[in-house]
Formats: sequence, structure tokens, C-alpha cells
Amino acid sequence: MSGSAGTNTVRSAGAGAAGTAQAGSAAGAVGSSAPVGHGLRTDSVRSGHGRSARVRPYAITRGRTRFGRVLLVETLVSALNRPADPEDRSLPELAMICDVTRGQMRSIAEISALLRIPLGVVKVLVSDLADQGRVRVHGADSAELVEGPESEVPATKRVLLERVLGGLRKL
Amino acid sequence: MDFASSEAVPGVPLVAGSATSTKIVVAGGFGVGKTTFVRSVSEIPPLTTEAVMTEAGAGVDDASAVPQKKSTTVAMDFGRISLAPDLVLYLFGTPGQGRFWFMWDDLVRGAVGAVVLADTRRLADSFPALDYFEGSGLPFVVAVNQFDDAPVYTPDAVRDALGVAARVPVLICDARHRAATVEVLTALVEHALAAEPAAV
Ligand SMILES: Nc1nc2c(ncn2[C@@H]2O[C@H](COP(=O)(O)OP(=O)(O)OP(=O)(O)O)[C@@H](O)[C@H]2O)c(=O)[nH]1
Ligand SMILES: [Mg+2]
Repeated sequence: MSGSAGTNTVRSAGAGAAGTAQAGSAAGAVGSSAPVGHGLRTDSVRSGHGRSARVRPYAITRGRTRFGRVLLVETLVSALNRPADPEDRSLPELAMICDVTRGQMRSIAEISALLRIPLGVVKVLVSDLADQGRVRVHGADSAELVEGPESEVPATKRVLLERVLGGLRKL
Repeated sequence: MDFASSEAVPGVPLVAGSATSTKIVVAGGFGVGKTTFVRSVSEIPPLTTEAVMTEAGAGVDDASAVPQKKSTTVAMDFGRISLAPDLVLYLFGTPGQGRFWFMWDDLVRGAVGAVVLADTRRLADSFPALDYFEGSGLPFVVAVNQFDDAPVYTPDAVRDALGVAARVPVLICDARHRAATVEVLTALVEHALAAEPAAV
């Protein structure tokens, strides 16, 4: 059938730019989170042992671990086999994340979905676990490629895209 | 999809070295078939994750100081495709509404590209997603999810109606079918590669 598929609305030429500007101004709100199940909040989490284990707001860390890894929704994490510390008074959520990533890799998004913890909170908790050497953060992920040294970006990004394309063609 | 236990959803098997993961964003209006698209190709049942966010522009460090702060929960569902033992592709389906743009900024970071799903009965529903990806520079393709009772148009007619550039691939698909979904994903990655400068 020829002719045009009718729409009642016409897209305005400047809409794309306007959308981006709006997105940028609101970006800081992404990791902020209201209280959820488990009584867990992004801004402050108490361990219940009188010692406050304050979780850094994700909005401040921008999802980056202290050693500089960017945590994205697709970033894969696996637990490292460190014997449990009997003195460990850390949040139960930290142990739960280790449990679901022991002997396998899971993305930040999978951890969030399975444990029902909002994405922004998972990023902060995984960041802390990585800093404690309790999980391995796999990579290089695509954001690192995007943000790597300028000269290396196109080649590495291309290699990733070519691998993805080859994989899709084999499905 | 409501409840998923970690036993029911296996993780990705460990590999000797490090693994690489990336993602494709599946956007479009409500009910256009995003979840169906993800499900048709995912190796796990689609999982749902929530991002809870406070109203744009409000401070995030002092939630307690703002008694009436509005928060919005945005659900995203996602699936997983292991393309190789050390290469995992995630598909994220996300509502294509202007008020969720601030979430997309976080989501599209590091993405291979995006699939904008469209329904010929209500093409205007995909405008916000198109506007966003044109503005962000992320490679995207348009995939018409051809519902049985919807009018059939050629890709070029859809392209004209949507006002997308000639270089943007427009495909007709059935989101329920894996082969069609894989074809759309393949077209997207080919398009992203074409946009990527050649290695030196
Ligand atoms: N006939 C037909 N039905 C479809 C197709 N794709 C999706 N559907 C149906 O359309 C309805 C909506 O599909 P979903 O995949 O849930 O759409 P969605 O975009 O995820 O919806 P929201 O998340 O609510 O925005 C479901 O009942 C699907 O079974 C298609 O290609 N053909
Ligand atoms: Mg859906």
C-alpha cells in the first residue's frame, strides 16, 4: 500500500534538542530513591547494630566505584570467594547480593529485579562490595569503551559492535 | 513476571577471564509491544526492575527536608541474550514518555543503540522516543510492530509519516517472533557499525 501513514500530530523540528536539554537538567534525580521493601533507603541505611552504615547517595558517586569502575544496569558482577567474616555487621543486603552472584555472573539489573532493590541502591551496594573486594565487577563494559582515551575509542567500540553483530547472526 | 526467584532465573556462567556486557534499549509508547519484543528473544523470562525517582529538579540530598516531595516509580523490563560465553547482550524495554527522559540518560549510557517500536494506529506515540534519540545521537532504528488489525504501510510511508532521516533503517516486524526480533536487532547493530568510524 502506498500513500503516507497518517498521523494527527506533526513532530516539531526543535523537539529533539529541547528533549535533551530537559533530560540533562533532571539527570541528577536518577539515583534518588524513596523507601522500598526491606526498609531500605538510598540516603541512609542502618545496620541495626547501633553502627550506622551510611550509603553514599548514588547521585553523588554517579554509580562509580571508588576504584573508578562505572556501574551500568548491564554491568556483570560475581561474588569473590572470601570466607565470611564472623564479625561482619554489614547490611544483610550486601550478603544477599553475594549470594545471588556466587558462582555466576549477574547484571546490576538482575540483582535489582531478583532482590527487589531499586537500581540506584544496588549500584551503591555493589560499589561498596567491590571496594571491599567481595565481588568482581566484570568488564570492559561499553561505557568504559565510550569513556576511554579518545584515540582508543573507535577501534574498541567497533570490535565490540562487530562481536555483537556476529553473535546475533548466529542466533 | 511479578515474582522471579534467583533459582528460576539462572545467572550467566562464569568464564575463565572477564566477560563483556552491553545493551540495546527498546523504546516506544505504552502497549506497543516492548515487553513482547524483549520476551521473544530473551534467554530468561523478562525481569522487571524499578527505578524510584523524585520529581525532576528537586534536590536529592535532603529528601527529609521536603515533606511533600513527589516520587515516581518507573518500571523497566529487560531480557538477556548470551551471544558468546563472555559476551552478554541485555535488552531494556522502557516507556517512551517525555517525563521519563531523565531516566533514559542513565539508561542509554553505553548502549549499542535503540529500537523505537511503532504502531501504525498511533504513530504519534513514538514521537517522544524519536525526538530523544535524534537529540542524543544514539544510533536507532524504527521497527513497526505490525498488529493484526492495524493498517499496513510500507517502511517508506512510515518513515515519511514519522519524519525520520533517510539513513535511519525502518523495518516492519512482529514482536512476537524471535526471527523478526533478531532481524531488527541485527539491522540496528549494522546501522551502529556504519555510523562508527573505521579502525585505523
Ligand atoms: N497481534 C499482535 N499482538 C501483539 C504484538 N505485540 C504485542 N502484542 C500484544 O499487545 C499487548 C501489549 O504488548 P506488550 O509487549 O505488553 O507492550 P508494552 O509496550 O510492553 O506495553 P507497556 O509496557 O504497558 O507499555 C500484549 O497483549 C501483547 O500480547 C504483535 O506483534 N501482534
Ligand atoms: Mg511492557
